[in-house]
Amino acid sequence: MKIQPLGDAALVVQLGSRIDTDLSAKAQTLANRLRSRQGVQDALASYCSVTVHYNPDSVSYQTLRSAVERLHQKPAKVTRSGRLHRIPVIYDGPDLPDAAEALGISIAEVIQIHSSATYRVFLIGFAPGQPYLGPLPAKLQLPRRSTPRTYVPAGSVAIAGRQTNVYTWPTPGGWHVLGRTDMRLVFLDRDPPALLRAGDRVKFVPRAE
Amino acid sequence: MSEALRVVKPGLLTTVQDLGRLNAMSAGVPPGGAMDRFAHRAANLLAGNDEGAATLECTVSGPVLVALRPSLVAITGADFDPRVNGQPVPVWTSLVLNEGDELKFAGRRSGARAYIAVAGGIAGDRWLGSVSTYLLAERGGMHGRPLIAGDVIVATDVPPTPAGLDRRLPHELRPDYADHTLPAIAGPHLERLPAESRSALFGSTYTVSRDADRMGYRLEGQSLDASGEELLSFGLVAGVVQVPRSGQPILLMSDHQTAGGYPVVATIAGAAMPVAAQLLPGEELRFAEVSIETALRMRAAQRAALDSLKS
Repeated sequence: MKIQPLGDAALVVQLGSRIDTDLSAKAQTLANRLRSRQGVQDALASYCSVTVHYNPDSVSYQTLRSAVERLHQKPAKVTRSGRLHRIPVIYDGPDLPDAAEALGISIAEVIQIHSSATYRVFLIGFAPGQPYLGPLPAKLQLPRRSTPRTYVPAGSVAIAGRQTNVYTWPTPGGWHVLGRTDMRLVFLDRDPPALLRAGDRVKFVPRAE
Repeated sequence: MSEALRVVKPGLLTTVQDLGRLNAMSAGVPPGGAMDRFAHRAANLLAGNDEGAATLECTVSGPVLVALRPSLVAITGADFDPRVNGQPVPVWTSLVLNEGDELKFAGRRSGARAYIAVAGGIAGDRWLGSVSTYLLAERGGMHGRPLIAGDVIVATDVPPTPAGLDRRLPHELRPDYADHTLPAIAGPHLERLPAESRSALFGSTYTVSRDADRMGYRLEGQSLDASGEELLSFGLVAGVVQVPRSGQPILLMSDHQTAGGYPVVATIAGAAMPVAAQLLPGEELRFAEVSIETALRMRAAQRAALDSLKS
């Protein structure tokens, strides 16, 4: 474990460097425990790290650091059973043929493998409501596109490395777009505004047009 | 609540901002809020408000506003040469606008963002705990958008009293916006930089590129080599200096993405954010490495300056 400052009012706790369900669960447990500490404004768990925002008038970096070290010793209850969301996907993405070719398997196999796994929501981030999901089966592992697309429409379902995601906002993007969903994941007028939460599980369900 | 000001001209980009919504980051929503929080807080204190009340953040050019009733106001941050009925008025000072008075700005003299506070605090749409405007999601503040001509600014009705008049923050307690040296604390991936890159980061000058907004500033200057194992995305904070593959650093500001996987080589001190918020494309900046302790001393000095306005 590594604890490092992120300026004078935040720190980042690095628990590892892998996409791993257990590490992610540990990060979430640590974030939950930290959120109730004196001086902690928020704690955000990611794949294998926790970013802690604190008020330096209420707690010092050193005190918080020691608290993180102590809390990390306490065994984490690893939960693998977050809410399950089934997301319908029309697999007609622009990168599907190239991805299949690069992987040396058929388009049907790409779809079959992508929709067989149950993914964990590691993080909601980058843009409002956007989930980072994984681990993606090794058979679908590809590096990011060498040239990112300047426009990826909202609803695009894409893969990169051992990850998969759903773009919730139209943005540039370097992932391989396999398909699209019309399921809404962002509800701006609800609190929280994201349908998915870190720790939830996601299964993609192939759907015809 | 009553109608305080009518917007005659909106200015280039004028939005309602407060201190942001930190607790929505787990849903991927940026913290947002005023870019220059010192100026925002000072404007509020000069207008007799809580520091977290909403103000108008005016970017590069100011609006033209007409008072619909008497109000105590304060203008801080960038100096856009404010005028009331054509007469110059001081910045960082509480002012009274009488019904019918016109507040406008003759032109930018320095800085990028001016703040206008109105006694009682500006009312706006509250979204996820904050009135700050978040343009991407079209939520918060004035219906999630910048001000337009014809908008009416509503504030709690607080009649100006003689005690609230002519309070000012002295020059020496204001941020030195002309000093573009940004104190910065070593980031978690600083050790990735070879010696040459490290001395470039903390020794050379970077220029704010045209790609600079409330999300962040792309900088141009000596390339930094932060290559190494690809990182998994982690939670970010305003003020971090990221290094993408191009080697040209990015400084994240209020509406930053909540998570990212680029190496973070430094994070500027919280007390340096007001200066960063006042930078425009083409302006130069430097990073100077400091300890957390030094950063916190600067923070305490700013806190004391603001506290001097509470009486």
